Amino acid sequence: MISPYPAVTLIAVLFGALTIAGGLVWAERRLLALWQDRYGPNRVGPFGLMQTLADMIKLFFKEDWVPPFADKWVFIMAPAIVMFTVLMSFVVVPFAPGIIISDLNIAVLFFLGMSSLGVYSIVLAGWASDNKYALLGGMRAAAQMLSYEVFMGLSLMGTVLLAGSFDLVDIVNAQRHMWFVVPQFLGFVLFMIAGIAETRRLPFDLPESESELVAGFHSEYSGMKFGMFFVGEYIGILLVSSMITVLFFGGWRGPVLPPIVWYFIKTCFFLGFFILLRAALPRPRFDQLMAWGWKLMLPLSLANLLVTGAVKLAFFH
Amino acid sequence: MYLLFYISGAVAILATVMTITRLNAVHALLYFVVSLLSIAVIFYILGAPFIAALEVIIYAGAIMVLFIFVVMMLNLGERAVEMEGKWLSPGMWIGPEILAAILIAEVVYLLSRPPVEVHAIQYVEPREVGLALFGPYLIGVELASMLLLGALVGAYHLGYRKPEALENPDADNTDATRAAAGGDLVRAGHDRPAGAA
Repeated sequence: MISPYPAVTLIAVLFGALTIAGGLVWAERRLLALWQDRYGPNRVGPFGLMQTLADMIKLFFKEDWVPPFADKWVFIMAPAIVMFTVLMSFVVVPFAPGIIISDLNIAVLFFLGMSSLGVYSIVLAGWASDNKYALLGGMRAAAQMLSYEVFMGLSLMGTVLLAGSFDLVDIVNAQRHMWFVVPQFLGFVLFMIAGIAETRRLPFDLPESESELVAGFHSEYSGMKFGMFFVGEYIGILLVSSMITVLFFGGWRGPVLPPIVWYFIKTCFFLGFFILLRAALPRPRFDQLMAWGWKLMLPLSLANLLVTGAVKLAFFH
Repeated sequence: MYLLFYISGAVAILATVMTITRLNAVHALLYFVVSLLSIAVIFYILGAPFIAALEVIIYAGAIMVLFIFVVMMLNLGERAVEMEGKWLSPGMWIGPEILAAILIAEVVYLLSRPPVEVHAIQYVEPREVGLALFGPYLIGVELASMLLLGALVGAYHLGYRKPEALENPDADNTDATRAAAGGDLVRAGHDRPAGAA
């Protein structure tokens, strides 16, 4: 099912992901403004569409400063890691039949591996900055992302059990008759919450919480290095939305419209939902976040896995 | 395939050497992560993608993050690096070198002989790993899980504080018990060494 022109797919996915991430920055600012009864960016180009481009040009012309007290090479490497791991995860996402870069048979595990390597970016940025706010942000990120990773993996295993494969194409094909969100609703909710925590979006943005830690792990970053953290976060949202679509909402499957359009519609719905969450929810305290993860989410995901396994064994064996 | 194998093998060896010789603990850990990743690539090339993925998720992605987390919390200063440099004296290399020399002699001997029967690379599916673990090796899995449960209970016991102790968390953190600033390996109270701009 790999397309005849892998290089074309590769470039299209790379270009598409970066463009959509840029568009997402604009969409988020406009939507937040709409819900808060103001205009948002509306001056540059039609509907302010060129705002992200203008921001990017500004970032490129800013002084790219490495603090003299920072650990220079680790400081420079940290933003590259987040971009690398997030973009690498797109390798296994099946956008439509034939539009996939690599049809790995361990695709789900590859995605989990890449998202667990993404933690390094934030932790190392916090450590290399040699700044107490950045260090606190990095430590929060390490604890938060490690904890939420555990049940992110567990919440997916119910889906893997039902499909009988780690291969994302097989998982989409197994949803021919019913989307996995119906039998795996709990798994879907758990994965969604873990996904928000992994991308450090607002209810769970404690690693950077600007009201207490200046800017958290990226306090010392400027110019395009900061830009990479920023864009990396938005590509991360795109990735989690894509994974929700593929794992729980039938991927490219849908009537009438071509597959890639269905994929796009479903993913956009979740992107919008992510932005709505940011507008709607306050930030919890850090100990609340950790207690919630370990005492509620982990037992729930274990119970989900247990029940799914028992039902599958009893009725579909 | 052979070329990829040798490249990732060389990266693994180089990264491990760098892990041992770095004086800065975080740099050493980063090289160790690279070493684990290259071993994951080797597993993948040898036809064990499931183990390769677990190597990345568990070793590189979880255990090493915890190590870095702890080193970050320690906030090691310049003196720790100095101390580390003193420990890594030429004398301590003798033991490991003798052991490594034996292994190298073995490798040279094996390479100089006509190749023994080479096992064809066999592709191992995730399903087969699961069947093996919960079939013939079930006892091993159960024993490992009991060991981990013991560790978990132990960690809970060490981390547990009585509710009344939580009322006054700074009770044991007085001037008398706190380490004197500058006297320890840990940078206490100072964000950066004096004199740094």
